[in-house]
Amino acid sequence: MPAAQTAGTSPASWDEIIARTFKANAVKLTTYVPDKVLTPLIKRLHADDYFTCFPTTREEEAVGIVSGAWMAGMLGAVLMQTSGFATLPNTLASLAVPYQIPLIMVVSERGTLGEFNSGQAMVCRTMRPVLDSLAMEHHTISRHDELEFIVDRSIKQAVATQAAVALILSPLLTGGKVFKA
Amino acid sequence: MSKDVKGAGRASNAKIMNRADLTKRLVGKLHKDEAVVGGIGNTNFDLWAAGQRPQNFYMLGSMGLAFPIALGVAIAQPKRHVFALEGDGSLLMQLGCLSTIAAVAPPNLTMVVMDNGVYQITGGQPTPAAGRTDFVAAAQALGLSNSHWAADEEDFERLVGAALTAGKPTLIAARIDAQPAVATTHRDPVQIRERFMRGLGAR
Ligand SMILES: Cc1ncc(C[n+]2csc(CCOP(=O)(O)OP(=O)(O)O)c2C)c(N)n1
Repeated sequence: MPAAQTAGTSPASWDEIIARTFKANAVKLTTYVPDKVLTPLIKRLHADDYFTCFPTTREEEAVGIVSGAWMAGMLGAVLMQTSGFATLPNTLASLAVPYQIPLIMVVSERGTLGEFNSGQAMVCRTMRPVLDSLAMEHHTISRHDELEFIVDRSIKQAVATQAAVALILSPLLTGGKVFKA
Repeated sequence: MSKDVKGAGRASNAKIMNRADLTKRLVGKLHKDEAVVGGIGNTNFDLWAAGQRPQNFYMLGSMGLAFPIALGVAIAQPKRHVFALEGDGSLLMQLGCLSTIAAVAPPNLTMVVMDNGVYQITGGQPTPAAGRTDFVAAAQALGLSNSHWAADEEDFERLVGAALTAGKPTLIAARIDAQPAVATTHRDPVQIRERFMRGLGAR
């Protein structure tokens, strides 16, 4: 809904939209290895009793945890940055894909649109080829007005088809991390 | 000095046991449809050999994720006790998960480390930890205070029984011989997962 129509309230932030879309789809368990850009979302998930939210020491571990939880009846999501995704191909290919687990990944995109760390820029280039090689659904979200639709429909599709999805949050959506000389 | 675990660090008093035997003893103590997650290779093969309970989950890959997967199950079903069986080499790959588990502190999770000091299934190469790393001391240092070496088979069964009512996560480490598993899991991931979900009442 455009901001003008919601008298007296400011438009929802991207992190607020993701949190409420998680809730609407019963995504209760959220695990993460932090990323600067994801900070407002992580804070919001921690602050809301609806969510079980905690950090893990590796992204693989986070994927294992939400996979186990889903098999036991609780839906979850893993939050990470691009470099975290780059640690995952083995786990995706040997756990999420063969066991048909609706793994929901939210990836803060580093390495593009003003990246200042060449390591991040190189890692970023590995992400979509890995997703494509696994035939894994992925969307890059750059527009605020498309965020809720993409997150909501992607979670529903992941659950209905028992297939993983990566929701890549572009700096165009989040503002990204800005280089200060 | 044992031929399997050189020196064996501070665990040297524990008896060297057998994975298939311990796994049978563990399963024999389960009467409430407890979930059991078997790690990559031998731990899930011997779990398969101990009887194909619908509440068993068998990993095909994702080395090191038996404890994290079990943690997820334990969080989703707080009324069900969850066991996970992991090889020492596998645990080394995800040692940090012990800190995560200590932080989440699920009362219904028991971790079993099968310590043969080697990567048995890939040819028996010694792990970097063999004879040096005391997994119980490491787990305690990472925050899992309720961590114990099983002195012998009887002690192992006692620890499993105690874990069911401990009210906090338990880690049991067992020194085992370098025998391979006694059977091979039927590797059909969708069937494994679907049966597990039905076994947990999630379907
Ligand atoms: C990431 C990764 N690295 C290496 C392997 C190959 N691999 C499969 S099982 C295994 C050894 C497992 O050792 P441990 O957990 O100690 O169990 P054991 O074989 O001794 O019973 C290795 C190295 C793998 N599957 N995945």
